[in-house]
Amino acid sequence: MTVWKKLKPKFWDYVDAAAGPFAHLFDFRRIWQLAVLLTAGVAVVPLVAITAIDYQVTQNSIESEIALRTSRLASNTRRAVAFFLTERRLALDFIVRDNSFEKLNDPERLQTILKNLQDSFGGFTDLGVVDPLGYQRNYAGPYKLEGVDYSGQAWYREVLERGVHISDVFSGFRQVPHLIIAVKHEVGSGTSFVLRATLDTERFNHLIAQPEVAGSGDAFLINREGKLQTPSLFHGKVLDTISLPVPPFSPNTELIETEDGQGQLNAIGYAYIEGSPFILMIVKNKKELMKPWYKTRLQLMGFLAASITIILAVILGVATYLVNKIYLADQKRLTTLHQVEYSNKMATIGRLAAGVAHEINNPLAVINEKAGLIKDLFSMREEYARDEKLVNTINAVLSSVERCAKITRRLLGFMRNTGVTTERIHLGETIQEVLAFLNKEAEYRSFHISVHVDEDVPPITSDRGRLQEIFLNVINNSFAAMQNGGSLEVTAKRDKEGFVSVSVKDDGCGIPKADLERVFEPFFSTKTGKGGTGLGLSITSGLVQELGGEIRVDSEVGKGTSFTILLPIDIQKKEKPSYEGPLGR
Amino acid sequence: MKVLLVDDEHELVSTLAERLSLRGIQADWAISGEEAMRLAEKNPYDVAVLDVKIPGISGLELKRRLHSKRPDLRFIFMTGHGSEEDFRSCSAETADGCYLVKPVNIEDLIKKMNELMTMSEVRP
Repeated sequence: MTVWKKLKPKFWDYVDAAAGPFAHLFDFRRIWQLAVLLTAGVAVVPLVAITAIDYQVTQNSIESEIALRTSRLASNTRRAVAFFLTERRLALDFIVRDNSFEKLNDPERLQTILKNLQDSFGGFTDLGVVDPLGYQRNYAGPYKLEGVDYSGQAWYREVLERGVHISDVFSGFRQVPHLIIAVKHEVGSGTSFVLRATLDTERFNHLIAQPEVAGSGDAFLINREGKLQTPSLFHGKVLDTISLPVPPFSPNTELIETEDGQGQLNAIGYAYIEGSPFILMIVKNKKELMKPWYKTRLQLMGFLAASITIILAVILGVATYLVNKIYLADQKRLTTLHQVEYSNKMATIGRLAAGVAHEINNPLAVINEKAGLIKDLFSMREEYARDEKLVNTINAVLSSVERCAKITRRLLGFMRNTGVTTERIHLGETIQEVLAFLNKEAEYRSFHISVHVDEDVPPITSDRGRLQEIFLNVINNSFAAMQNGGSLEVTAKRDKEGFVSVSVKDDGCGIPKADLERVFEPFFSTKTGKGGTGLGLSITSGLVQELGGEIRVDSEVGKGTSFTILLPIDIQKKEKPSYEGPLGR
Repeated sequence: MKVLLVDDEHELVSTLAERLSLRGIQADWAISGEEAMRLAEKNPYDVAVLDVKIPGISGLELKRRLHSKRPDLRFIFMTGHGSEEDFRSCSAETADGCYLVKPVNIEDLIKKMNELMTMSEVRP
């Protein structure tokens, strides 16, 4: 709250009560709000929009890049795996074409072929020749498997049907994962035999593990039931069932996004490998892949936040500054307006007073002459001339007329200066003239008034009317603050080069510090409701400025206030005041 | 010394004239411009005391007309108003200090008249 109080601009709580139907023109808070909203909207909305678009575009491009890379990797690996299997199938195909059934039934020959296969291709564990009835007629390898009957087994039927069979990976006798490739060879007249080879999956695994999969990615083969055919990094050992669903069949390399059991989003590239039960899976953790993007995104957001903060700060600052300027200009306008109004009023009062004085002066002159004539006539008759009572009475009438004349003359003299004139003025005289006006009040309230003008104070060249108004306002102001019986000191002395100062010091109630800097503001009044307009000191300050001087105030609550008016000795040497009222006050 | 008093206030001029004659100064008075002109045509006055504002004619205008008729005539202005402009224009037409604000002390008026007379005598 205190911070707000400090920051709150001057115009915030300003309400122009006199604005009437044009109040909206002077609702500075609304102007400020509108300015801030509009500029902020115009500046921030496009920035946010562009950032959002950029965000979207960048994220999309990164995602599509990930998709592209994953699918390319899947596609390449698929080709390699397919090639690997085809190569071995073709090798077996070649063997059955190159060797007759009889030749293959020669154990030595089969042993040689196995050795050759192991040396050239590698990975072959054993070879078996199965006769048309399903019995294994010849076998080369580490086990004794001659004579085994395969006729009832599914794989055998598949070979007979389709000519080739590639099995799922299985553990076998040695608990080493391996797979079987079997090819059929027609001997003619509808009979055929089958060459069956067991391959260990070591080479196979190597083929799958090779692709470099970035960002906690994984590459492996599964069969159609979802059992792992090659070891994986994060999805289990060989023959475990993976937690991911088995993707639907597609002849092409596909890309899908799924959530795994831990709620992690994965980008999966997969491909069904032709002629085999295998499905190649490239699984990448999306979060891991997007990490660089998250970093960029954070920077982007940071930049956006910083930009918006700076923009808003600048907008707030500029709007506040400008609206404050408008507010001050408006205040200045109001002051001027009221000053003009006040001047007009003063001029009107002046004319009125002069008119009244004139009207009174004529009958006064008649009284003067008639009384004078009576006195003249009395002085010629000895009986009357000696009558002291009569003479005194007539003298009293004459002196009263004289007093009235003095008053009207003062009134005329005081109000006479409606034009802009400069003349040589003795400050002491002017001060006395003004005090003469306030004499009655001072007497009623038993004020002690002392006037001291230093001897070295030169006569100044200035505007008498304005000076009188200034002194009248300031002294009136002091009177208002003083208790009955208080004292007022008016002192005039030389000040800095080319200036004299007049100080009016009272022992009144004083002005609180908080109000001190506002006393010259228009409409600042502590006497509102008691006849104060809040304009007196404001106008005084304006008048002093017009005379090329300045006015200062010092005050202490309970001790009194002192106004010091600094006036140039020759106003002509100062710049001419620019303000001239419409009536040439 | 013969004096002409012009003021629309009958009571004022008549009384003033009577008081002046009590002091040995022959004074005639008029309450309008025409009457003043008529009197001035008949009598050679030394001094004319004019109100600045007379009905139908301004004191300044009257002064000019009287002056054209009697170039030797001296003038004193007397006014109840005392505005700055009046003071300026009247001062320009007469000698220094011959602009008096009503009510006027008769001794001051006579003193002024005597001053004017001496000045006119000194004049070639």
